[in-house]
Amino acid sequence: MRSVIYIMWIRQIKKYLRSRSRIIGSLAQPLLFFLALGFGLGPVFAKANAGNYLDFLAPGIIAMSILFTATFNGIELIWDKQFGFLKESLVAPVSRYKLMFGRCLGGATVASVQGLIVLGLTMIFGFRPVSVLGVIISFIFMFLIAMFFTAIGTAIASKLEDMQGFQLIVNFFIMPVFFLSGALFPLDGLPSALGIVTRFDPLTYGVDGVRGALLGASHLGLWLDFGILAGVVIFVMALGTYLFSKMEV
Amino acid sequence: MKEDVNIIEVKNLVKKYGDFTAVNGISFNVEKGKVFAFLGPNGAGKTTTIKMLTTLLHPTSGKIIVDNFSPTTQQNQVRKSFGIVFQDQSLDDDLTAYENLEFHAVIYNVDKKLAKERIDYLLKFVELNDRRNDKVKTFSGGMKRRLEIARGLIHHPKILFLDEPTIGLDPQTRNFLWKYIKDLNEKEGMTVFMTTHYMEEAEKMADKIAIIDHGKIVALGTSQELKKKTKTKTLEEAFLKLTGHAIRDEELNTREQFKSRVRLRGR
Repeated sequence: MRSVIYIMWIRQIKKYLRSRSRIIGSLAQPLLFFLALGFGLGPVFAKANAGNYLDFLAPGIIAMSILFTATFNGIELIWDKQFGFLKESLVAPVSRYKLMFGRCLGGATVASVQGLIVLGLTMIFGFRPVSVLGVIISFIFMFLIAMFFTAIGTAIASKLEDMQGFQLIVNFFIMPVFFLSGALFPLDGLPSALGIVTRFDPLTYGVDGVRGALLGASHLGLWLDFGILAGVVIFVMALGTYLFSKMEV
Repeated sequence: MKEDVNIIEVKNLVKKYGDFTAVNGISFNVEKGKVFAFLGPNGAGKTTTIKMLTTLLHPTSGKIIVDNFSPTTQQNQVRKSFGIVFQDQSLDDDLTAYENLEFHAVIYNVDKKLAKERIDYLLKFVELNDRRNDKVKTFSGGMKRRLEIARGLIHHPKILFLDEPTIGLDPQTRNFLWKYIKDLNEKEGMTVFMTTHYMEEAEKMADKIAIIDHGKIVALGTSQELKKKTKTKTLEEAFLKLTGHAIRDEELNTREQFKSRVRLRGR
């Protein structure tokens, strides 16, 4: 039985599968970070008796790929706005909530599957998750991270007219969120002011969740991570739906 | 219950963007089963009017009734009653012709089996059936326009809105579209509301024409009536007499600026 949510979801999947060069490109970046930082900073980490950096880094790199893919996927709404496809949906007797939800679900599916692929790539280079159950639990966190950032990307795109603001978004949103999330370095050593800021970054809980599931040791507690992520996802979906429904073309 | 003769009624419709008035108090009616044309130069307010009729824009003031419903307060009922072919492309280039049509059927809640029949029929009618599984990005402008018309009809709407339907098309495709739209109107009793700046198109297609300029309707009537009123021999002369000979500069809005930059860079 076809439904609006399904047709929006499958559209995102099809668009992703049909853009081969983008798939390869979006996998290359996390892999590059993993290899460069992992093998570059690994010895430094080891010397500081902080353990295996590659193991620490892999979940962070997975979260990174999800962050980028999901946010960009949400922002692609601007292309739909600019190149006309959105009008077709807005003029139809269909609930805006279903359009938004289906779209976000599709984007999140693409981003979290991409996260799994990155996990596979890190395993080629020596990363070993602690258990199969751990991988399954980590996927739940991957999906929550993906939903959050797809929804935020969509909400931002609802307000923008063209891609001019895109650079601002990358530099003032995606990058700070990424660097302050504990993806690349442990958060316990930070000066207290910075430490507090990281607690306000939703990705911090996502990274901790993925890391906790894959390595068996969570810094903040998996239930706390799950609770906070689920809460912000619900909030952002509500906000995004509101902004989406108010869009005029 | 008395059956209304008018399927669209507009009274004193105004749309302002800050200081700029795009539509300045227009009033007109469209009779069910007729072809109605908005004829006007660039920037006259044609597209803005269509957007307000089709729930895409909120009017600043004025009254609109489409199929006995209000586009501002009864949006979904209005949306079920019409199909629209926009001036700009609104297909998804990454999907196939069939997938684009299927998408429309789903969001208009057309029964699955019925949708399949209609899609098959419409694809054959607009002569795109052999390309049904090709991605739309491989289609020419004319093919895309034909596909958009097919798509607009899947849910069997009472009204078809066409915003500059033949702009940028070759003569063969234009003639094909005119004949097809006229057929729909005559055989199915579909009301057609179109905007255009082509005289020939308005004259050929429309039962009633409203000449619009600077957001106001300057004349309303059949092609014969307009020529008689301005004492001219052709619709073109009547049009020029009513709207003047000055060339119109249309200011590109942000969206169009963005699109023209993207095209120059060759996305």
